[in-house]
Amino acid sequence: MIGSLCKAIVLGASLTGLLGAVAARAQEARTAIGTGSTTLLLHSTTDIEIIRPTLERFTELNPDLRIEYEQWGSNDLYANSLEACAGDEPVADAVFSSAVHQMVSLVNAGCAAQHRSAFTDALPPARRWRNELWGITEEPAVIAYNKAFFAEAEVPRDRFALLDLLRTRPDALRGRIATYDIEASGLGYLFAYSDSLEATTFGALLEGFSRTEAIATCCSAEIIEGVAEGRYLLAYHVLGSYVEAGARPEVGLILPEDYTLFLSRGFMIPKGAPQAAAARRLLDYLLSPDGQARLSEAGLIFPQDATETGLLPSARRFIALAPSLLVALDQHRIRQFSALFASAFRPSEHP
Amino acid sequence: MSDTPGFWPHPQSLQARVLRRVLALLLLGAVLVAGMAWLNGRQAAWQAYDRILLGAANDIAESIRIQGGGPVVDLPVSAFELLAQAPDDRVAYAVRAADGALITGFADAATRAGMPDTDARLFFDAPMQGERARFVEVTRRFAERDFSGVIRVSVGQTLIARKAMTLRLMLDAVLPLAVAGLVLLVASYFVIRAAVRPLERIADNLLARDPYDLTPMTVADPPREVAVMVDAMNRFMGRLDRQIGVMRNLISDTAHQLRTPVAAIRVQAEAIIEAPESPDGGQRLVRLVRRTRSLGRLLDQMLSRAMIIHRTDNVPRARLDLREVALGVVEMRDHEVLAPEAEVGLVIGDSPVWVEADEFSLSQAVGNLLSNALRHGQPPVRIGVEARGSEAWLWVLDSGAGPGEDILRGLGQRFERSKASPEDSAGLGLSIVAAVAQAFGGRVAMERTEDGFRMALVLPRAAEVGA
Repeated sequence: MIGSLCKAIVLGASLTGLLGAVAARAQEARTAIGTGSTTLLLHSTTDIEIIRPTLERFTELNPDLRIEYEQWGSNDLYANSLEACAGDEPVADAVFSSAVHQMVSLVNAGCAAQHRSAFTDALPPARRWRNELWGITEEPAVIAYNKAFFAEAEVPRDRFALLDLLRTRPDALRGRIATYDIEASGLGYLFAYSDSLEATTFGALLEGFSRTEAIATCCSAEIIEGVAEGRYLLAYHVLGSYVEAGARPEVGLILPEDYTLFLSRGFMIPKGAPQAAAARRLLDYLLSPDGQARLSEAGLIFPQDATETGLLPSARRFIALAPSLLVALDQHRIRQFSALFASAFRPSEHP
Repeated sequence: MSDTPGFWPHPQSLQARVLRRVLALLLLGAVLVAGMAWLNGRQAAWQAYDRILLGAANDIAESIRIQGGGPVVDLPVSAFELLAQAPDDRVAYAVRAADGALITGFADAATRAGMPDTDARLFFDAPMQGERARFVEVTRRFAERDFSGVIRVSVGQTLIARKAMTLRLMLDAVLPLAVAGLVLLVASYFVIRAAVRPLERIADNLLARDPYDLTPMTVADPPREVAVMVDAMNRFMGRLDRQIGVMRNLISDTAHQLRTPVAAIRVQAEAIIEAPESPDGGQRLVRLVRRTRSLGRLLDQMLSRAMIIHRTDNVPRARLDLREVALGVVEMRDHEVLAPEAEVGLVIGDSPVWVEADEFSLSQAVGNLLSNALRHGQPPVRIGVEARGSEAWLWVLDSGAGPGEDILRGLGQRFERSKASPEDSAGLGLSIVAAVAQAFGGRVAMERTEDGFRMALVLPRAAEVGA
């Protein structure tokens, strides 16, 4: 079902979608959690099944609230939020998106309301901006691989090993490497953009992907499904949380040891939210120890333990919630990336 | 006077007044300093963040390159990291062509395009989504084969960090000054206290003083202003004391002196009434008249003495030539009443003899000396003036031997009357002379000479003027 919805997004989205000028937009899924009398409209990019237990727990603790959960694609959500900010669309009570550069842009455009509490103040500076945007989760961008294909020894532990693999076994991998389509997925674009800032390996990787005719496609769940089924042998930069949540024994997970990007999904309370008080309660709950524990169970907060992940602290690269993310949304920057990706990836094949 | 503590129901202490003014002064200073610190802080903050803004704009301008006949912006992250020096401020940027068409960035970012060209400022204020913001616009000129022209880069930022820095700088400057101000205030409290303490002591002294106590006040180690005040007060009290003394003397003297002559007059008058046909009635009337005349002279002398003592305290001293005083007394010819047949000689020199005194008092004194000489001494009587060293003598000389030693000893006291004194003498004459001499810093001198007995009013000579 998610796959078919993704298809609709892919068909509907375009480059201009990033700029918020897409004509037809709709949420992907909609569900209600809780039975309270006050309805909290939450716009989110997170798969509902992953976050449902956390939200259910919240409505248990706050029986007067009912969460109307709308799952959106990140680009559509961005466009919708901009329109809501301009007064052309109804304003959601809270927006929760993995495409944090778009969230930063919304805050920069003055679309967010402030909130401060003990929980928000406890966040590190990289995980909050202006007390209007907060990073709720900690999720790594990982390499997922098909365990059956890779013998343990062969698994690329970092990007250099991956580059070597692309060079030495191009034929075996041809057409069987997947990554996000940056035009369809705001998160994919954010990862690619962050990658380009981190290291020169980015260019080499793109070249390698191009050589092996890698697939740029949409949506974490679909990519992981493909890896599990063996359609894809390796998926570069998918959210670790989705790999864990998918719980597919066939899929292995690598945190690149040269550096691993960590994403903190952004939570924002739009200006003029009808139920801003309820949204603040939800935010404080998500940042509370109980909320963080639930998110951790859902895989949205990756364990920090270095021995478990084999990742040095210096290799963790958090995508900071800061105005420098505005660069990612610069028109010329997007155009350059699109051109780069268009030359590197052949059009995706959807089932 | 009522029982209220004073004319003013609740007077405020000098200390409170001064302290309040010092406080007002310090507050005014604090406001000025805070204002200046704020201005300085604002200037510093605006300068610092303007430079950051300019750096970011230049960074972006540098990243523009011409590709395929048009400008391409490779927006540098470093520019935004520079802007992140103001971590909580919203950002706007725009790269525009010369005609204002947006190349990349935010369409709503402010530009100076509409402003007059004469306005050469790099920085300008403009709103950013309703919030005040600071913008900078730099231009970069291209002269390539396929592109030539100007590209404007504008970068703006809201003012949160600037305001925070202004406040911080201001507080950094003001807080130590506030502490210093408090210290000054406490210090000034003690300083003012110390300064007004002599006044407090005087006030305590005055409060504790008996209203009839006119003795001089003593204040330990007074400041000059206070010493002047205390001196003035002491002088005033001294004068008051003397005047009260004079008044008291006058009253008691008058009572004492008038009792006897008035009683005598009454007895004689009654005797005449009881026996109008008495053979010695004429004799009694003559005695009554003499008594009355004597009473009149007594009253004259008492009044003149009181007048002299009053004048010495109240009338300013004038510069006098003693010769003129002597001449005046002789020319007035008062003595002719006393001794119509007597001739009074005048012995004066050519040069004036100056003193500082009151002419009326001197005339009275000399008049008394003269009438004493005429009454008790032997004619001829002479009045003379001479300068003896630093002293000026105004003397009366008669040709007799002068009074006996026992009389001389008691001379000058009030109502000193010898047994031989005629009944029309009051004994006040010499006491007037003595009072005048004392009032002008002189003395009464007596000497027996070959020519007779000389009594003199001796005064200190005044300096010659223009002589």
